Amino acid sequence: MKQNNYLRTGLFLTGVLAVLICLGFFWTPYSPTAMNGSEKFLGPSLRHLMGTDNFGRDIFSRVLKGAGTTAGIAFCTVAIGAVCGTAVGALTGYFGGIVDEALMRFNDVMTAFPSILLALVFISVLGPGSKYNVILALGVVFIPSFARVTRTAFASLRDVNYVKSVRLMGAGKARILLVHMLPNTAQILLPAITIGFNNAVLAEASMSYLGIGVTPPDASLGYMLSEAQGMFSAAPWYALGTGFTIVLLVFSVGLIGEGLQRRGKEVA
Amino acid sequence: MKFAAKRLAMLLVTMVVVSFLTFAAFSVISGDAAAAKLGTEITPERLAALQAEMGLDRPLMVRYGEWLAGFFSGNLGTSYSYQQPVADLIAPKVLVTLCLSFLSFLLIAAVSIPLGVWSIRYEGRTGWFWRFWDIVRTVFNQLCMAIPPFFTGILLSWLFGILLKWFVPGQFPELTEHPGGALRYLFFAAVSIAIPRVAMTVRMLRSTIISEMRKDYVRTVISRGNDRGSVLYRHVLKNSLVPVVTFLAQTMAEIVAASIVVEQVFGIPGLGRMLVASISNRDYPVVQVIVVILAFWVVLASTLADLVNQQIDPRLRLGGAK
Amino acid sequence: MKKRILALLLLVSLLGTVLSGCGDGSTEQAPENGQTNGSTDAGTQGNAITVGIAQDLDDSLDPHKAVAAGTKEVMFNVFEGLMKPTSEGDLTPAIAESYEVSPDRLTYTFTLREGVKFHNGDTVTAEDVVYSINRCAEASETGVLQVEAFSVIQSVEATDDHTVVITIAEPSNEFISYMTTAILPADYDQQDTAPVGTGPFKFVSRTAQDSIVMEKFSDYWGTPAQLDKVTFKIIENADSILMSLQSGAVDLFAHLTSTQVAQLGSDFNVVESTMNLVQAMYLNNKAAPFDNEKVRQALCYAIDKQEIIDLAFDGYGSPIGSSMYPAFGKYFDDELSNYYTRDVERAKALLAEAGYPDGFSMTITVPSNYQPHIDTAQVLVEQLKAVGITAEIQPVEWGTWLSDVYAGRQYQSTVVGVDASNMTARALLERFTSQADNNFINYENDDYDALFAQAQACYDDAEQTEIYKQMERNLTEHAANVYIQDLADLVAVRNTLDGLQTYPIYVLDLSTVHYVQ
Repeated sequence: MKQNNYLRTGLFLTGVLAVLICLGFFWTPYSPTAMNGSEKFLGPSLRHLMGTDNFGRDIFSRVLKGAGTTAGIAFCTVAIGAVCGTAVGALTGYFGGIVDEALMRFNDVMTAFPSILLALVFISVLGPGSKYNVILALGVVFIPSFARVTRTAFASLRDVNYVKSVRLMGAGKARILLVHMLPNTAQILLPAITIGFNNAVLAEASMSYLGIGVTPPDASLGYMLSEAQGMFSAAPWYALGTGFTIVLLVFSVGLIGEGLQRRGKEVA
Repeated sequence: MKFAAKRLAMLLVTMVVVSFLTFAAFSVISGDAAAAKLGTEITPERLAALQAEMGLDRPLMVRYGEWLAGFFSGNLGTSYSYQQPVADLIAPKVLVTLCLSFLSFLLIAAVSIPLGVWSIRYEGRTGWFWRFWDIVRTVFNQLCMAIPPFFTGILLSWLFGILLKWFVPGQFPELTEHPGGALRYLFFAAVSIAIPRVAMTVRMLRSTIISEMRKDYVRTVISRGNDRGSVLYRHVLKNSLVPVVTFLAQTMAEIVAASIVVEQVFGIPGLGRMLVASISNRDYPVVQVIVVILAFWVVLASTLADLVNQQIDPRLRLGGAK
Repeated sequence: MKKRILALLLLVSLLGTVLSGCGDGSTEQAPENGQTNGSTDAGTQGNAITVGIAQDLDDSLDPHKAVAAGTKEVMFNVFEGLMKPTSEGDLTPAIAESYEVSPDRLTYTFTLREGVKFHNGDTVTAEDVVYSINRCAEASETGVLQVEAFSVIQSVEATDDHTVVITIAEPSNEFISYMTTAILPADYDQQDTAPVGTGPFKFVSRTAQDSIVMEKFSDYWGTPAQLDKVTFKIIENADSILMSLQSGAVDLFAHLTSTQVAQLGSDFNVVESTMNLVQAMYLNNKAAPFDNEKVRQALCYAIDKQEIIDLAFDGYGSPIGSSMYPAFGKYFDDELSNYYTRDVERAKALLAEAGYPDGFSMTITVPSNYQPHIDTAQVLVEQLKAVGITAEIQPVEWGTWLSDVYAGRQYQSTVVGVDASNMTARALLERFTSQADNNFINYENDDYDALFAQAQACYDDAEQTEIYKQMERNLTEHAANVYIQDLADLVAVRNTLDGLQTYPIYVLDLSTVHYVQ
């Protein structure tokens, strides 16, 4: 079966996007913030691939930059969530009992606690306008879901024969967890990371949409989309361009996840 | 009984912890209700005076204790911004958000479960058509998962609101007076919440069922000459329901979070908008109650899931067999 | 096989329930034209409109406690004072029928109009007037904000049922303009949530985050309102404003952006007036590098007001050069608007003189709920780049802005609009005296303080106006702030409606609005 076509296509699309985003850090067709009063609300053309906005700024350039911001935030968020979440999941999954119970309650608390409020707390502590607020706030929000996924993996590995024998050989707990068990959770962790990345992109977009997040004139895709909603009649390409860029970004990474999962199943 | 008592205790603990964290968060973030009330009339002296008057200058724990005592004696407090009892203020919003959430949940369950099961029936068939179909299905599924609810919201309100005039964006009918019109309005919001989640549920359902189908007992039953379809419905579905119910419960909790943003897009006067506005007004009596309601909702969802799962799988009644 | 059909049927029926449940409202929901969708209440449709407002009235509704401009703007329809502002910017007697000032200008005698009624049916008495004015002067009641100008009041007396005599300590040209303070019934304590006034509309209900409903007050003493019912619909999400207009949910919406107006289509007329506020990049005169006058002047030379207006506001808006806007007529000095014109070389030279030859980095704090200010800041960032200044925008929540920037004065620069609470030059200029507690830019200038004292001691109107103009010039010359413009106020009015009057203060008067026959 050629199931890995998903993985390949996903990697290819993500690669193309990654190259474009990296390119966006160094070069964009126009300066993403440069305004031009005589070029407001131009439709898509060869000069402006996605048209221009109410300041006459080139939307394609802004989307390139914005996708970079969004993807960067999502990446860091997932990194925080995955590292901390796996640590928590490993401990609770391996030791079980009361720690396990506590994690589940923590999970409930985190789900109920509004992430906007959490973001505001970080903004107050770290000062406003910093990208890191969003990353931290979202990162914390993402810990429980990773913890949940890895907990199951670690719990099921705990009683597997090879782990038992390593334990009998007198290996330290840290060694067992890190060297012997962690690599074996990759099959579950990797797809979880791709899903987490997608959720992070969507979460960042939602936060920016609510007005907490990246600061203008820099743009993230979510912030741009919220701006674009108010201009839908004058410049539908603005909303469509940004919206579908989000969709494309999430879709490409989602395909990687799909491919990874299918590969996992065949091995199993 | 023991189970119920344990669950109730958990519910209480979760709500208390969440409410305390919220309280603590408000002591960290800058600006308070007194400042919001004074607006541009603010001066350091006036601020201090008003803070003293509103009791905001007292220590965190004292204020929290007072709030907690009030909460358990049924007094939800008074909104700083609206000068109205929080209960009166919140009740209609809870109703709206509940309707939106239930509608979304109903959509998700009603669409994704049949769709997921249906998609399994042809699993394993060979031939170019089925292989092609599998690709189309997977790509479509991934695409639906990738659409942010507020983007769908923008597109839907433009298409059905402005172009087709099936509903009037910005004019949410009073729920108790015009339930039909209100539900119709909420339906579009619910669709935007549901699309990515339907896709996720279908995907989840599929992978659960497929891995169940590969189990030995299924192979045995099929090898004895039973019809694939009847095996699917008679055995497999029931056995794969447990993780699906758990997943749906989690979805139920997440819907509420998604509705915060979608309420903004559609201009629905629900809990989400109230929460966002109250946070920016630092109107913490209102925020507290909303957060507690959310916590209740989340815990309720997982409790319900446990109960349903126990009905499906009696082994779980022993308090977790494995 | 059967089960599969069953499952499908179940799905179809579920969806069907949802959709048919939604179908009920279809007839009343479909808007055919502007007139039918003013209200969701089918009974009173004939003469009702829905007005969109961008901010919830999440304030006390008591006019003596409310501070939010948005609340005052809407409640203008409910409350009146002894005097009332006119659309030309003058004052006209309202609850008072007339007033007399004694020759020594210390005693004001107000004769109350006969038969003015409160919305609760009671007649306004002199006692109510005394109560209302004392309430603001003493501010003993919780939360009532003291009106500073009332500190000159020595006594308020009701000499009979229709006469109120107010004695003040020293003559003041401006005292009469403070008599617009709302008159409330003396024995009523529900103003916070169910306000009662004397205006052309009476308050009916408020639903948080959703709407405020008002009805015509049929016992109004003056020309009665032409509409029977007004629903103020709260649409806080700026991005949905346009959609609510296009969909027919809203008939009238004030303070729109030029982008929104451009998309309206032919269903709407646009009424253009001014917002009456001083939009500027306010500079913290005590925070480096803006404690250096040369740096502030360099900023003034670095920016181009007209370009900001063209880029961010499609040309709507009037450039200003000091803390005064054109609607103030006699106090406004048009010359100051062109005192600084864009001159990149000169800006760079000034920066070099001040010790910043390579420019510097700064932050512009902007309240995140005001898109016009965010848009302005975005253009400013671009313009400042040209002189080597790297500016970063920091959007903060309104609550944070109030406590950190406005009260705490912890900021470098901020783009906001400052308005006048009443039609006096003092309302705009007093805040920059060094001791003023709302001097959030920390402006300290001895000449300025002296001029203000002089203006207060001066009773000749022409002379006083001249001094106020000198104060404005002082602000401009020392580049206290980077003054930009008085924003245009664009109001979309459905073309079936007419009669909207605009004011030189921040109010939305709906009493003259009516349907075109």
